[in-house]
Amino acid sequence: MEIPKIVGAGLVVIGAGIGIGRIGGSAMDAIARQPEATGKIQTAMLIAAALIEGIGFAALFAV
Amino acid sequence: MVISNKPLQFIIAILIACLPILGFANNPSENTTSQTETTAVAHEASAESSDESSEIKEQIKEVIGHHVLDGHEFSLLEYEGEHIGFPLPIILWDNGVQFFSSSKFEHGEAVAESNGNYYVIHHEKIYKTDAAGTLTEAHGHPINFQPIDLSITKGVLTIMVVALLMFLLFAGLAKSYAKNGGISSGVGRLFEPIVIYIRDEIAIPNIGEKHYKKYMSYLLTIFFFVWFLNIFGLTPLGINVTGNIAITFGLAVITFVITTFTANKNYWGHIFWMPGVPTPMKIILAPIELLGVFIKPFALMIRLYANIFAGHVVLMSLIGLIFIFKSWLGSSLSFMLSFAISIIEILVALLQAYIFTMLSALYFGSAVEEHHHEEAH
Repeated sequence: MEIPKIVGAGLVVIGAGIGIGRIGGSAMDAIARQPEATGKIQTAMLIAAALIEGIGFAALFAV
Repeated sequence: MVISNKPLQFIIAILIACLPILGFANNPSENTTSQTETTAVAHEASAESSDESSEIKEQIKEVIGHHVLDGHEFSLLEYEGEHIGFPLPIILWDNGVQFFSSSKFEHGEAVAESNGNYYVIHHEKIYKTDAAGTLTEAHGHPINFQPIDLSITKGVLTIMVVALLMFLLFAGLAKSYAKNGGISSGVGRLFEPIVIYIRDEIAIPNIGEKHYKKYMSYLLTIFFFVWFLNIFGLTPLGINVTGNIAITFGLAVITFVITTFTANKNYWGHIFWMPGVPTPMKIILAPIELLGVFIKPFALMIRLYANIFAGHVVLMSLIGLIFIFKSWLGSSLSFMLSFAISIIEILVALLQAYIFTMLSALYFGSAVEEHHHEEAH
Protein backbone atom coordinates (compact mmCIF):
# COMPACT_ATOMS: atom_id res chain seq x y z
CA MET A 1 0.00 0.00 0.00
CA GLU A 2 2.88 2.31 0.80
CA ILE A 3 4.66 2.13 -2.58
CA PRO A 4 1.74 3.16 -4.88
CA LYS A 5 1.08 6.13 -2.62
CA ILE A 6 4.67 7.32 -2.78
CA VAL A 7 4.88 6.79 -6.55
CA GLY A 8 1.63 8.69 -7.01
CA ALA A 9 2.86 11.58 -4.92
CA GLY A 10 6.06 11.59 -6.97
CA LEU A 11 4.08 11.75 -10.20
CA VAL A 12 2.05 14.68 -8.90
CA VAL A 13 5.20 16.51 -7.88
CA ILE A 14 6.66 15.91 -11.37
CA GLY A 15 3.46 17.30 -12.86
CA ALA A 16 3.48 20.34 -10.60
CA GLY A 17 7.16 20.91 -11.37
CA ILE A 18 6.54 20.81 -15.12
CA GLY A 19 3.61 23.17 -14.67
CA ILE A 20 5.51 25.73 -12.62
CA GLY A 21 8.49 25.41 -14.96
CA ARG A 22 6.33 26.15 -17.96
CA ILE A 23 4.78 29.16 -16.23
CA GLY A 24 8.20 30.49 -15.34
CA GLY A 25 9.56 29.90 -18.84
CA SER A 26 6.59 31.53 -20.52
CA ALA A 27 6.84 34.49 -18.17
CA MET A 28 10.53 34.85 -19.12
CA ASP A 29 9.58 34.84 -22.81
CA ALA A 30 6.85 37.38 -22.19
CA ILE A 31 9.14 39.66 -20.19
CA ALA A 32 11.80 39.44 -22.91
CA ARG A 33 9.21 40.49 -25.49
CA GLN A 34 7.64 43.23 -23.40
CA PRO A 35 9.99 44.38 -20.63
CA GLU A 36 7.64 47.26 -19.82
CA ALA A 37 4.93 44.78 -18.70
CA THR A 38 7.26 42.98 -16.25
CA GLY A 39 5.25 43.84 -13.15
CA LYS A 40 1.93 42.60 -14.49
CA ILE A 41 3.47 39.42 -15.90
CA GLN A 42 5.20 38.63 -12.62
CA THR A 43 1.97 39.04 -10.67
CA ALA A 44 0.05 36.74 -12.99
CA MET A 45 2.93 34.26 -12.92
CA LEU A 46 3.01 34.13 -9.13
CA ILE A 47 -0.74 33.61 -8.85
CA ALA A 48 -0.72 30.75 -11.37
CA ALA A 49 2.31 29.16 -9.73
CA ALA A 50 0.68 29.41 -6.31
CA LEU A 51 -2.45 27.67 -7.58
CA ILE A 52 -0.44 24.77 -9.02
CA GLU A 53 1.60 24.57 -5.84
CA GLY A 54 -1.61 24.06 -3.89
CA ILE A 55 -2.36 20.92 -5.89
CA GLY A 56 1.17 19.64 -5.35
CA PHE A 57 0.85 20.04 -1.59
CA ALA A 58 -2.55 18.38 -1.56
CA ALA A 59 -0.92 15.31 -3.12
CA LEU A 60 1.92 15.31 -0.59
CA PHE A 61 -0.59 15.28 2.25
CA ALA A 62 -2.25 12.17 0.86
CA VAL A 63 0.96 10.21 1.48
CA MET B 1 33.56 35.72 -18.52
CA VAL B 2 35.27 37.98 -15.99
CA ILE B 3 34.76 36.68 -12.50
CA SER B 4 36.65 39.35 -10.64
CA ASN B 5 38.88 42.30 -11.35
CA LYS B 6 41.26 41.16 -8.63
CA PRO B 7 41.96 37.48 -9.28
CA LEU B 8 44.41 37.09 -6.40
CA GLN B 9 41.99 38.30 -3.75
CA PHE B 10 39.31 36.17 -5.35
CA ILE B 11 41.44 33.04 -5.18
CA ILE B 12 42.34 33.73 -1.56
CA ALA B 13 38.70 34.24 -0.71
CA ILE B 14 37.79 30.93 -2.36
CA LEU B 15 40.58 29.13 -0.52
CA ILE B 16 39.45 30.53 2.82
CA ALA B 17 35.87 29.60 1.99
CA CYS B 18 37.02 26.03 1.29
CA LEU B 19 38.99 25.74 4.55
CA PRO B 20 36.21 24.01 6.48
CA ILE B 21 36.38 21.09 4.02
CA LEU B 22 39.92 20.34 5.21
CA GLY B 23 38.86 20.18 8.83
CA PHE B 24 37.37 16.92 10.05
CA ALA B 25 35.88 15.75 13.29
CA ASN B 26 36.28 12.01 12.67
CA ASN B 27 38.26 9.70 14.86
CA PRO B 28 41.86 10.24 13.62
CA SER B 29 42.74 6.53 13.80
CA GLU B 30 40.06 5.82 11.18
CA ASN B 31 41.66 8.17 8.71
CA THR B 32 45.13 6.72 9.02
CA THR B 33 44.02 3.20 8.06
CA SER B 34 44.11 2.29 4.39
CA GLN B 35 41.10 2.48 2.12
CA THR B 36 40.49 -1.30 1.92
CA GLU B 37 40.66 -1.69 5.66
CA THR B 38 38.18 1.04 6.29
CA THR B 39 35.69 -0.39 3.84
CA ALA B 40 36.00 -3.83 5.42
CA VAL B 41 35.54 -2.33 8.86
CA ALA B 42 32.66 -0.28 7.55
CA HIS B 43 30.94 -3.42 6.27
CA GLU B 44 31.25 -5.16 9.61
CA ALA B 45 30.26 -2.05 11.47
CA SER B 46 27.26 -1.42 9.27
CA ALA B 47 25.64 -4.69 10.34
CA GLU B 48 26.19 -3.83 13.99
CA SER B 49 25.27 -0.19 13.70
CA SER B 50 22.08 -0.68 11.67
CA ASP B 51 20.19 -0.70 14.95
CA GLU B 52 21.97 2.43 16.02
CA SER B 53 21.35 4.28 12.74
CA SER B 54 17.65 3.42 12.76
CA GLU B 55 17.55 4.72 16.31
CA ILE B 56 19.13 7.98 15.16
CA LYS B 57 16.57 8.23 12.36
CA GLU B 58 13.78 7.75 14.89
CA GLN B 59 15.28 10.46 17.07
CA ILE B 60 15.51 12.86 14.12
CA LYS B 61 11.88 12.16 13.25
CA GLU B 62 10.92 12.84 16.85
CA VAL B 63 12.81 16.13 16.92
CA ILE B 64 11.20 17.27 13.65
CA GLY B 65 7.76 16.21 14.86
CA HIS B 66 8.33 18.06 18.10
CA HIS B 67 9.52 21.16 16.26
CA VAL B 68 6.58 21.52 13.89
CA LEU B 69 4.02 21.06 16.68
CA ASP B 70 2.88 23.86 18.91
CA GLY B 71 4.36 23.52 22.39
CA HIS B 72 3.13 24.03 25.94
CA GLU B 73 6.57 25.20 27.00
CA PHE B 74 9.12 27.35 25.25
CA SER B 75 12.02 24.95 24.82
CA LEU B 76 14.98 26.35 22.95
CA LEU B 77 17.32 23.43 23.31
CA GLU B 78 17.29 19.90 24.64
CA TYR B 79 20.65 18.27 25.15
CA GLU B 80 21.30 15.04 27.02
CA GLY B 81 18.25 15.42 29.20
CA GLU B 82 18.87 19.11 29.92
CA HIS B 83 16.02 21.39 28.85
CA ILE B 84 16.83 25.03 28.13
CA GLY B 85 13.80 27.26 27.91
CA PHE B 86 10.98 28.53 30.07
CA PRO B 87 7.53 27.21 31.03
CA LEU B 88 4.28 28.80 29.82
CA PRO B 89 0.92 29.07 31.57
CA ILE B 90 -1.59 26.24 31.08
CA ILE B 91 -5.24 27.29 31.06
CA LEU B 92 -7.80 24.49 30.92
CA TRP B 93 -11.59 24.60 30.99
CA ASP B 94 -12.55 21.57 33.06
CA ASN B 95 -15.17 22.14 35.78
CA GLY B 96 -14.10 25.76 35.93
CA VAL B 97 -10.80 27.26 34.93
CA GLN B 98 -7.66 25.33 35.82
CA PHE B 99 -4.62 27.55 35.75
CA PHE B 100 -1.10 26.31 36.40
CA SER B 101 2.41 26.44 34.99
CA SER B 102 3.57 23.96 32.38
CA SER B 103 6.66 23.28 34.54
CA LYS B 104 4.36 20.96 36.53
CA PHE B 105 4.48 18.50 33.62
CA GLU B 106 8.28 18.34 33.90
CA HIS B 107 8.68 18.23 30.08
CA GLY B 108 5.94 15.67 29.63
CA GLU B 109 7.38 13.24 32.20
CA ALA B 110 5.15 13.93 35.21
CA VAL B 111 1.45 14.10 36.10
CA ALA B 112 0.29 17.64 36.86
CA GLU B 113 -2.23 18.21 39.64
CA SER B 114 -4.60 21.17 39.83
CA ASN B 115 -7.50 21.47 42.33
CA GLY B 116 -7.71 17.69 42.67
CA ASN B 117 -7.68 17.05 38.89
CA TYR B 118 -4.78 15.22 37.28
CA TYR B 119 -3.48 15.85 33.76
CA VAL B 120 -0.82 14.35 31.55
CA ILE B 121 0.63 15.73 28.34
CA HIS B 122 1.03 13.34 25.42
CA HIS B 123 2.31 14.61 22.04
CA GLU B 124 1.45 18.18 23.09
CA LYS B 125 -2.16 17.24 23.87
CA ILE B 126 -3.44 17.40 27.44
CA TYR B 127 -5.49 14.49 28.78
CA LYS B 128 -7.31 14.12 32.06
CA THR B 129 -6.08 11.18 34.08
CA ASP B 130 -5.79 9.76 37.59
CA ALA B 131 -3.01 10.26 40.13
CA ALA B 132 -0.94 7.47 38.55
CA GLY B 133 -1.18 9.02 35.09
CA THR B 134 -2.69 6.02 33.25
CA LEU B 135 -3.72 6.55 29.64
CA THR B 136 -6.19 4.15 28.02
CA GLU B 137 -5.17 3.70 24.40
CA ALA B 138 -7.25 2.59 21.45
CA HIS B 139 -5.92 2.45 17.87
CA GLY B 140 -2.69 4.06 19.05
CA HIS B 141 -4.42 7.17 20.41
CA PRO B 142 -5.32 7.84 24.04
CA ILE B 143 -9.09 7.95 24.58
CA ASN B 144 -8.94 9.80 27.88
CA PHE B 145 -11.07 12.90 28.32
CA GLN B 146 -9.48 16.01 26.77
CA PRO B 147 -10.33 19.26 28.58
CA ILE B 148 -10.74 22.42 26.49
CA ASP B 149 -7.21 23.74 26.15
CA LEU B 150 -6.93 27.55 26.23
CA SER B 151 -3.26 27.58 27.19
CA ILE B 152 -0.82 30.29 26.20
CA THR B 153 1.25 28.00 24.00
CA LYS B 154 4.44 28.84 22.14
CA GLY B 155 2.44 29.88 19.09
CA VAL B 156 0.04 32.05 21.08
CA LEU B 157 2.98 33.76 22.80
CA THR B 158 4.61 34.43 19.43
CA ILE B 159 1.38 35.85 18.02
CA MET B 160 1.12 38.16 21.02
CA VAL B 161 4.74 39.28 20.59
CA VAL B 162 4.23 39.90 16.85
CA ALA B 163 0.97 41.75 17.51
CA LEU B 164 2.68 43.99 20.06
CA LEU B 165 5.64 44.53 17.74
CA MET B 166 3.36 45.47 14.85
CA PHE B 167 1.29 47.77 17.02
CA LEU B 168 4.32 49.64 18.32
CA LEU B 169 5.98 49.74 14.92
CA PHE B 170 3.04 51.06 12.95
CA ALA B 171 1.69 53.32 15.68
CA GLY B 172 5.16 54.87 15.79
CA LEU B 173 5.18 55.09 12.02
CA ALA B 174 1.83 56.90 12.02
CA LYS B 175 3.04 59.28 14.71
CA SER B 176 6.25 60.08 12.85
CA TYR B 177 4.20 61.39 9.92
CA ALA B 178 2.49 63.91 12.15
CA LYS B 179 5.78 64.94 13.73
CA ASN B 180 7.79 65.31 10.53
CA GLY B 181 5.13 67.00 8.44
CA GLY B 182 4.18 64.08 6.20
CA ILE B 183 7.63 62.54 5.84
CA SER B 184 8.37 59.17 7.39
CA SER B 185 11.44 58.75 9.55
CA GLY B 186 13.41 55.89 11.07
CA VAL B 187 12.02 52.43 10.42
CA GLY B 188 9.13 54.02 8.56
CA ARG B 189 11.45 54.54 5.60
CA LEU B 190 11.62 50.77 5.29
CA PHE B 191 7.90 50.13 5.65
CA GLU B 192 6.46 53.05 3.71
CA PRO B 193 7.42 51.65 0.28
CA ILE B 194 5.89 48.27 1.23
CA VAL B 195 2.64 49.89 2.32
CA ILE B 196 2.57 51.93 -0.90
CA TYR B 197 3.31 48.78 -2.90
CA ILE B 198 0.40 46.92 -1.32
CA ARG B 199 -1.90 49.85 -2.07
CA ASP B 200 -0.78 50.49 -5.63
CA GLU B 201 0.08 47.00 -6.86
CA ILE B 202 -2.25 44.74 -4.88
CA ALA B 203 -5.30 46.64 -3.64
CA ILE B 204 -6.08 49.10 -6.44
CA PRO B 205 -5.62 46.78 -9.46
CA ASN B 206 -7.56 43.91 -7.88
CA ILE B 207 -10.30 45.66 -5.91
CA GLY B 208 -10.69 48.85 -7.88
CA GLU B 209 -10.25 52.54 -7.23
CA LYS B 210 -13.75 52.87 -5.76
CA HIS B 211 -13.79 50.24 -3.02
CA TYR B 212 -10.16 49.53 -2.13
CA LYS B 213 -9.98 51.84 0.90
CA LYS B 214 -12.13 49.80 3.25
CA TYR B 215 -10.04 46.68 2.62
CA MET B 216 -6.63 48.32 2.99
CA SER B 217 -6.44 47.90 6.77
CA TYR B 218 -7.09 44.18 6.53
CA LEU B 219 -4.69 43.63 3.61
CA LEU B 220 -1.86 45.49 5.35
CA THR B 221 -2.47 43.66 8.63
CA ILE B 222 -2.54 40.22 7.01
CA PHE B 223 0.56 40.94 4.95
CA PHE B 224 2.74 42.12 7.81
CA PHE B 225 1.33 39.56 10.24
CA VAL B 226 2.06 36.60 7.96
CA TRP B 227 5.42 38.01 6.92
CA PHE B 228 6.61 38.64 10.47
CA LEU B 229 5.44 35.24 11.65
CA ASN B 230 7.17 33.54 8.72
CA ILE B 231 10.41 35.38 9.47
CA PHE B 232 10.11 34.55 13.18
CA GLY B 233 9.76 30.92 12.18
CA LEU B 234 13.17 31.02 10.51
CA THR B 235 14.98 32.26 13.62
CA PRO B 236 16.63 29.63 15.84
CA LEU B 237 13.85 30.12 18.40
CA GLY B 238 12.17 27.11 16.84
CA ILE B 239 8.72 28.60 16.40
CA ASN B 240 6.34 27.30 13.77
CA VAL B 241 3.22 29.45 13.81
CA THR B 242 2.15 29.89 10.19
CA GLY B 243 3.02 26.23 9.64
CA ASN B 244 0.20 25.36 12.01
CA ILE B 245 -3.07 24.62 10.23
CA ALA B 246 -5.16 26.10 13.03
CA ILE B 247 -3.56 29.53 12.54
CA THR B 248 -3.92 29.52 8.75
CA PHE B 249 -7.51 28.28 9.19
CA GLY B 250 -8.21 31.31 11.35
CA LEU B 251 -6.68 33.68 8.79
CA ALA B 252 -8.58 32.05 5.91
CA VAL B 253 -11.86 32.26 7.86
CA ILE B 254 -11.35 36.02 8.31
CA THR B 255 -10.86 36.43 4.56
CA PHE B 256 -13.94 34.27 3.90
CA VAL B 257 -16.11 36.25 6.31
CA ILE B 258 -15.02 39.60 4.86
CA THR B 259 -15.63 38.37 1.30
CA THR B 260 -19.05 36.98 2.16
CA PHE B 261 -20.34 39.93 4.15
CA THR B 262 -19.12 42.70 1.88
CA ALA B 263 -20.27 41.03 -1.36
CA ASN B 264 -22.78 42.90 -3.49
CA LYS B 265 -25.68 41.40 -5.43
CA ASN B 266 -23.63 40.89 -8.59
CA TYR B 267 -21.33 38.52 -6.71
CA TRP B 268 -24.23 36.37 -5.56
CA GLY B 269 -25.82 36.71 -8.99
CA HIS B 270 -22.71 35.25 -10.58
CA ILE B 271 -22.79 32.34 -8.15
CA PHE B 272 -26.44 31.30 -8.12
CA TRP B 273 -27.67 32.55 -11.50
CA MET B 274 -24.71 33.08 -13.82
CA PRO B 275 -25.73 35.72 -16.33
CA GLY B 276 -25.22 35.18 -20.04
CA VAL B 277 -25.37 31.37 -20.19
CA PRO B 278 -28.34 29.12 -21.14
CA THR B 279 -30.72 28.15 -18.33
CA PRO B 280 -29.67 24.44 -18.02
CA MET B 281 -26.08 25.61 -17.74
CA LYS B 282 -27.06 28.03 -14.95
CA ILE B 283 -28.45 25.12 -12.93
CA ILE B 284 -25.25 23.10 -13.43
CA LEU B 285 -22.99 26.05 -12.62
CA ALA B 286 -24.72 27.10 -9.39
CA PRO B 287 -23.48 24.21 -7.19
CA ILE B 288 -19.99 24.39 -8.70
CA GLU B 289 -19.76 28.11 -8.04
CA LEU B 290 -21.13 27.64 -4.53
CA LEU B 291 -18.46 25.03 -3.87
CA GLY B 292 -15.88 27.47 -5.21
CA VAL B 293 -16.85 29.97 -2.50
CA PHE B 294 -15.55 27.51 0.10
CA ILE B 295 -12.65 26.11 -1.91
CA LYS B 296 -11.04 29.54 -2.32
CA PRO B 297 -10.38 30.16 1.41
CA PHE B 298 -9.61 26.47 1.84
CA ALA B 299 -6.84 26.76 -0.76
CA LEU B 300 -5.55 29.86 1.04
CA MET B 301 -5.35 27.90 4.27
CA ILE B 302 -3.60 24.87 2.74
CA ARG B 303 -1.15 26.93 0.68
CA LEU B 304 0.29 28.94 3.54
CA TYR B 305 0.28 26.03 5.97
CA ALA B 306 1.86 23.54 3.56
CA ASN B 307 4.55 25.92 2.33
CA ILE B 308 5.79 26.84 5.77
CA PHE B 309 5.35 23.35 7.19
CA ALA B 310 7.21 21.75 4.28
CA GLY B 311 9.96 24.38 4.51
CA HIS B 312 10.53 23.64 8.18
CA VAL B 313 10.51 19.87 7.64
CA VAL B 314 12.98 20.08 4.73
CA LEU B 315 15.31 22.35 6.68
CA MET B 316 15.22 20.16 9.78
CA SER B 317 15.73 16.99 7.72
CA LEU B 318 18.79 18.48 6.04
CA ILE B 319 20.25 19.36 9.41
CA GLY B 320 19.35 15.85 10.56
CA LEU B 321 21.46 14.39 7.73
CA ILE B 322 24.56 15.50 9.64
CA PHE B 323 23.79 12.93 12.34
CA ILE B 324 23.12 10.19 9.78
CA PHE B 325 26.23 10.71 7.62
CA LYS B 326 28.63 11.38 10.50
CA SER B 327 31.41 12.37 8.10
CA TRP B 328 32.98 15.67 7.16
CA LEU B 329 31.83 15.36 3.55
CA GLY B 330 28.20 14.66 4.42
CA SER B 331 28.13 17.32 7.08
CA SER B 332 29.57 20.07 4.91
CA LEU B 333 27.21 19.10 2.09
CA SER B 334 24.28 19.16 4.50
CA PHE B 335 25.41 22.52 5.84
CA MET B 336 25.62 24.03 2.36
CA LEU B 337 22.24 22.60 1.36
CA SER B 338 20.52 23.84 4.49
CA PHE B 339 22.14 27.25 4.02
CA ALA B 340 20.79 27.42 0.47
CA ILE B 341 17.34 26.26 1.59
CA SER B 342 17.36 28.87 4.36
CA ILE B 343 17.91 31.61 1.78
CA ILE B 344 15.07 30.22 -0.32
CA GLU B 345 12.90 30.10 2.82
CA ILE B 346 13.48 33.82 3.42
CA LEU B 347 12.16 34.39 -0.10
CA VAL B 348 9.24 32.00 0.52
CA ALA B 349 8.38 33.84 3.74
CA LEU B 350 7.87 37.05 1.78
CA LEU B 351 6.29 35.33 -1.21
CA GLN B 352 3.64 33.50 0.83
CA ALA B 353 2.69 36.69 2.67
CA TYR B 354 2.40 38.39 -0.73
CA ILE B 355 0.35 35.56 -2.25
CA PHE B 356 -2.01 35.46 0.73
CA THR B 357 -2.58 39.23 0.51
CA MET B 358 -2.84 39.13 -3.27
CA LEU B 359 -5.43 36.34 -3.37
CA SER B 360 -7.42 37.91 -0.53
CA ALA B 361 -7.50 41.14 -2.53
CA LEU B 362 -8.58 39.18 -5.61
CA TYR B 363 -11.48 37.60 -3.71
CA PHE B 364 -12.53 40.97 -2.26
CA GLY B 365 -12.34 42.41 -5.74
CA SER B 366 -14.66 39.74 -7.11
CA ALA B 367 -17.06 40.42 -4.23
CA VAL B 368 -17.44 44.14 -4.93
CA GLU B 369 -17.11 44.08 -8.72
CA GLU B 370 -19.71 46.20 -10.51
CA HIS B 371 -21.76 44.62 -13.26
CA HIS B 372 -20.12 46.47 -16.13
CA HIS B 373 -19.72 43.78 -18.79
CA GLU B 374 -23.37 43.32 -19.71
CA GLU B 375 -22.73 43.59 -23.43
CA ALA B 376 -19.92 41.06 -23.37
CA HIS B 377 -22.22 38.15 -22.61
